[in-house]
Amino acid sequence: MAVTQARMLVPGLDVRDSDPEGDGAWLARLGLLAARRWTPRAAVSGPDGLWLDLSGVAHLFGGERRMADRILAYCARLGFSARIAVAGSAGAAHALARFGAGPLILCPPGGEAAALAPLPLAALRLDEPTLAAARRLGLETIADLVAKPRAPLQRRFGRSLLTRLDQALGRAGEPFDPIVPVDPPSILLRFVEPIGTAEAIAEAMAEAMRRLVRRLEQEGLAVRRLDFACERVDGETQIVGVGTARATRDGPHLLRLLGARIETIEPGFGIECVRLTAARVEPLGPQPIEGGLAGERPAPDIVPLIDRLAGRLGSRRLYRASAVESDVPERSVRRVPPLAATAAWPSWPRPVRLLSPPERIDNVVALLPDQPPRRFSWRGRAYRVRQADGPERIHGEWWKRKGEAEAVRDYFQVEDEAGQRFWLFRRGDGEDSRTGDLSWYLHGLFG
Amino acid sequence: MPLTSSQNVRLAALREEVRAIESAGRVAGRPCLPFGLAEVDRRLAGGGLAVAALHEAAPASPALGDEAACVLFLASIAARLEEGIVLWALSRRDLFAPGLAQAGLAPDRLIYAECRRDEEVLAVMEEGLRHGGLAAVVGEAGSLKLAAGRRLQLAAEEGGTTALLLRRWRRADADPLAPPSAAVTRWRLACLPSERLAVPGVGRGRWNVALVRQRGGEAHQWILEAPDAEARLALPALPADRPDQAIGEERRAA
Repeated sequence: MAVTQARMLVPGLDVRDSDPEGDGAWLARLGLLAARRWTPRAAVSGPDGLWLDLSGVAHLFGGERRMADRILAYCARLGFSARIAVAGSAGAAHALARFGAGPLILCPPGGEAAALAPLPLAALRLDEPTLAAARRLGLETIADLVAKPRAPLQRRFGRSLLTRLDQALGRAGEPFDPIVPVDPPSILLRFVEPIGTAEAIAEAMAEAMRRLVRRLEQEGLAVRRLDFACERVDGETQIVGVGTARATRDGPHLLRLLGARIETIEPGFGIECVRLTAARVEPLGPQPIEGGLAGERPAPDIVPLIDRLAGRLGSRRLYRASAVESDVPERSVRRVPPLAATAAWPSWPRPVRLLSPPERIDNVVALLPDQPPRRFSWRGRAYRVRQADGPERIHGEWWKRKGEAEAVRDYFQVEDEAGQRFWLFRRGDGEDSRTGDLSWYLHGLFG
Repeated sequence: MPLTSSQNVRLAALREEVRAIESAGRVAGRPCLPFGLAEVDRRLAGGGLAVAALHEAAPASPALGDEAACVLFLASIAARLEEGIVLWALSRRDLFAPGLAQAGLAPDRLIYAECRRDEEVLAVMEEGLRHGGLAAVVGEAGSLKLAAGRRLQLAAEEGGTTALLLRRWRRADADPLAPPSAAVTRWRLACLPSERLAVPGVGRGRWNVALVRQRGGEAHQWILEAPDAEARLALPALPADRPDQAIGEERRAA
């Protein structure tokens, strides 16, 4: 059905582009969660399903039905509408979950053939040419197929049809590729006596870091985020975390970042054990040595500095400014991380200081529709304009906000008699009252 | 009384000694950043701004226009330093990056650090200066104690990085440059009315740039024009050399 037709049938239909990669990422996350919480053997099946091997785990959740109900409820809480089928073979479960009636089907042991019989052939995971050929021969349901002799079928369709059928009926085995959850590398240190001084915590931190770095080196990993958790005698856990701008396993550097946080740890009556966890890791191979053979000085590495400043200020307060494709000045700048690439702005005249929000100016004397002001007053002082440039017209972004559909700002760069330069704008184009109410604002200052 | 030559030599030796004490023994051959304007550079000790040193600039009045001129002045100095990242420690969030880009400070050379208090600005600046891998560190501070200024100066010398400090007016009656400071040069900027153009429009900005104090040199002041896209300041053209006059002459010749 075309989108226009669907929209005609359902007014106000929410249409979104398909995002197979995003869906795949969600499915992988759900699979990982299943492998951690529900069963040790879980696998992703195709672009839309998960296989959970329930052998020996269903009784832990109160039986197959209650476990399936809980999983369905969990998916509903996440916002997914899920269907579950429990069967004796992976193929049967796959078919029943997709083509069965109702969101939850429990197939009794040995009942696969009966349950699958009324389902269409598409439930058998066949490729499109095989399905088309079967349809031409009048084979519609799995029951039709089971009733036929096997040898002519194999001659007609090849081995794949019978393999799929056998897999669904549990006569043939099927490989299972389970998701293996990877736990973040972590080091646990327990103490004979609870520790409480800053020196002792620093010592424990250094020891844990030595072991963690050794382990990371063996696994070829490097740290992006590090958590240091201290378990106190009274059961409280104190966690301090640091992040790095680039993956690193430089022990002294990480130790310096963590060491700055020791003073925020409250040891209370003492700390029994500490755990250093590399909460986010990235693979890191051998790095090239900076600088050439000719002996030129390598460019200094500013990443350690960025990590230290981010540790001091918080990573949100250390940033680069990058361009956004918007003509509205307050929307034209976006913060990006300090090592990210940036885009430059077009070279329209722009002030160095931007007032946020723009400040109202009064007593403006200006000719309509497009002359700059002759005088105005701002913050209780009157200014007389000596020279001016403009207008630069900026239209509202109707695709972002309804209120801006007709809005217009006319910007002027003006210089007063003392040489100060201001960036003023008038709301409205001076002719049509729908574009603005002709009020004037000061938006920025040029040097 | 004119000095004899032996007295002159002795005086020069004493001056050298004092200078050595002042900047922790790193005087000889320290690199300088010239403005590229002979009129300005010949008044500066060393022929330019010392690279590994602290420089201060303050607006001549609490007016925001003068402050914006100071921001542009410091940005143009930072932009003319050789390639490298510039760290800008903000105390307010009204800096507009496209405007700085037009003074020659491209967005990929600039990292902002948003600080809450003056002490945080100074601490961030010191950390950036000591690292030594940055081209310049710019900070905005209202008050600066003498000891804090000295710390910045020492950090700048240690890291070989330029420290630029914008002094903001906190109160209308307290000149930020009135108390003494350890900065090598101290500048005061005020906006001046620009050249009137033959057509309606605004010409290049013009400032009164006063070098209030410099170590090892005299105070002076100039009238300079705002930086262009390559961060170069300029001396105002004399009426006879103005480009519109030159065009007129060409036309007459043709």
